Amino acid sequence: MGEGAMIKQQIVGKPKAVQLDFLPFKFCPGCHESLVWRALGEVIDELDIEGKAIACLDIGCSGILMVGLTVDGIHCLHGRSTAVAAGVKRVLPQAICFNIGGDGSLGAIGVGHVINVMMRSDPITTIFLNNSGYGMTGGQVAPTSLLGLRTTTTPEGRDVQSAGFPLHLSEIAATMTGTAYASRVSVHTPANYQKARKAIKTAFQKQMDGVGYSIVEILCACPPNWGLSPLAANSFVEEKLIGEFPLGEFKNVDKIEHTFDPELKRVGRVKRG
Amino acid sequence: MADRRLLSGNEAIGWGAILGECKAFFGYPITPQSEILEFLATELPKAGGVFLQTEDEIAAVSMVYGSSMTGTRTMSATSSPGISLMQETVSLMAYLKVPSVIVDVCRFGPGSGMAQTSQTDYRQVTKGGGHGGYRCIVLAASSSQECCDLVQFAFWLADRYRMTVYVLTDATIGQSCELVDLKTRDFGALPDKDWVLRGLDERGGNGQGIHPHMWDYVGYHEDMNEKYREITENEIKYESYRMDDAEVILVAYGYVSRMAKGAVDLAREEGLKVGLLRPITLWPFPTNVLRELSLQAHHILVVEHSSGLLVEDVECALQGKVPVHLLGIWGTHRRDSSGIIYPERIVEEIKQMVGVA
Ligand SMILES: Cc1ncc(C[n+]2csc(CCOP(=O)(O)OP(=O)(O)O)c2C)c(N)n1
Ligand code: SF4
Repeated sequence: MGEGAMIKQQIVGKPKAVQLDFLPFKFCPGCHESLVWRALGEVIDELDIEGKAIACLDIGCSGILMVGLTVDGIHCLHGRSTAVAAGVKRVLPQAICFNIGGDGSLGAIGVGHVINVMMRSDPITTIFLNNSGYGMTGGQVAPTSLLGLRTTTTPEGRDVQSAGFPLHLSEIAATMTGTAYASRVSVHTPANYQKARKAIKTAFQKQMDGVGYSIVEILCACPPNWGLSPLAANSFVEEKLIGEFPLGEFKNVDKIEHTFDPELKRVGRVKRG
Repeated sequence: MADRRLLSGNEAIGWGAILGECKAFFGYPITPQSEILEFLATELPKAGGVFLQTEDEIAAVSMVYGSSMTGTRTMSATSSPGISLMQETVSLMAYLKVPSVIVDVCRFGPGSGMAQTSQTDYRQVTKGGGHGGYRCIVLAASSSQECCDLVQFAFWLADRYRMTVYVLTDATIGQSCELVDLKTRDFGALPDKDWVLRGLDERGGNGQGIHPHMWDYVGYHEDMNEKYREITENEIKYESYRMDDAEVILVAYGYVSRMAKGAVDLAREEGLKVGLLRPITLWPFPTNVLRELSLQAHHILVVEHSSGLLVEDVECALQGKVPVHLLGIWGTHRRDSSGIIYPERIVEEIKQMVGVA
């Protein structure tokens, strides 16, 4: 146990589900992803699901945390954590499966899987980290990048003609029947952190109650790629990011209503063996 | 009484999965594979397994990965373009030593193209296919019976060596119906799956499935080479047919090996001493067997429904000591994608080769 970790534990207390060896978190100064992991650790403790949780970690900065929690973790390829989590949940329904990834992983290369788990109502939970760009690869434009934001691949700022409009995944999730819970939160103030924690808890609860798919989008600061100091990046979340991506619950249901038309069972093709 | 049924190769694959204790299947429709999907959609849930038609082959293989990580025997089946889409995850599973069984009912590429029979995936499946310099075991089935048996063997091999095992067939084998003895095969004891991740309550622990060789990549490749050597030593499978006094040796697998068998019989009726070597494991390839057999042979004729892929391994094995001939896709009876290589055409090639008119 490192000395730094010791002090941290004494001052703020460490969630049981966060690995002590891993502290301090290995993110850039001012990065919000470490707060997300703390919140996850706290929720796992609160719900007492450490023994049942399986984390499917995507590629990107969130993947750095592949050993950040004490729970079982599966490292997945870029964009595929959603499908992997769905696969795990199918064969191990008693597990609490969640995947975590950035806006490149889940908003670009793997967005198809996200839409499909919503459609199938796979009872898994997605933690979607929106930091308005690609973190790990050094600040390229992401589907969520703000219009006008300078990135390494939109040197004149994101323009509509070449890069289109920002992706609002939580709002899309809310339109899908199979979604039980969709919300967008941030962690840039203590009060918002508490709301984020609550949202993650509700999302896990939907899964545990077998309601359907749940997703929590978390706005995160990425100071180095925004070219801002940690403090300025924190304010940027408040002043700019929330403007494009309003916080709030977009869907929260305890039961997904549906009906079958019995007549349909008599039409359609059947293969005879 | 034995359970004998008339089954297509694809249905026999499905039965092989059920008899081989497969408990999860993730797949996507593609001709000429879809009957496997349709069969398992009905039969696997009855056998207590999970079936899901996924959004694409990338999702299918991602779910195979997740499911296999929990220790569940898991399979996917597809055809050539689907195999291409799966390669990134197959590479990851090779690296993390995750067992899986993937069936490839080979068709003509590309995905926009023809769905008829071909053997054009040989190089993709036997030489790795993805990135990272790994290998997969490749079992080539040439009958419905073998489809059923080799899928069971594939599950055993996958668990034994913790790797992906391909079962390679083709549209002809997949779609032809033959009698099959439905029998559960036992291949022996398997090591305990002490690597699975099922949550801390059950077993496992953080990080087990993650970058086991993060700090020793050289060690990783040394381990892999050791495993591949062990497999090459123990698992090579082949069939030799009428080889005793053969002076001409045919080499073929899959549906073409059935035609080659017919050609051996026809040629022998005409007094030509012809035999067939049919590799069942395409990797590991029966290199030494071929080398030994070639001592008695004047000619080797590779017959394959491609432009010449298997022939590369044969040439590599023989190192120029015996002339190697190739009857490739130009041996099919039609020039469009519905062509088949028939026995008569193979006999004609043999005669030309040995100089009999
Ligand atoms: C198939 C594939 N393509 C590209 C990459 C390279 N890559 C690694 S991380 C990453 C982007 C990650 O960005 P994001 O998902 O937003 O996560 P963040 O780092 O911001 O948390 C990319 C493109 C990869 N690992 N695999
Ligand atoms: S690059 Fe951005 S997302 Fe990645 S660790 Fe640094 S601040 Fe966090």
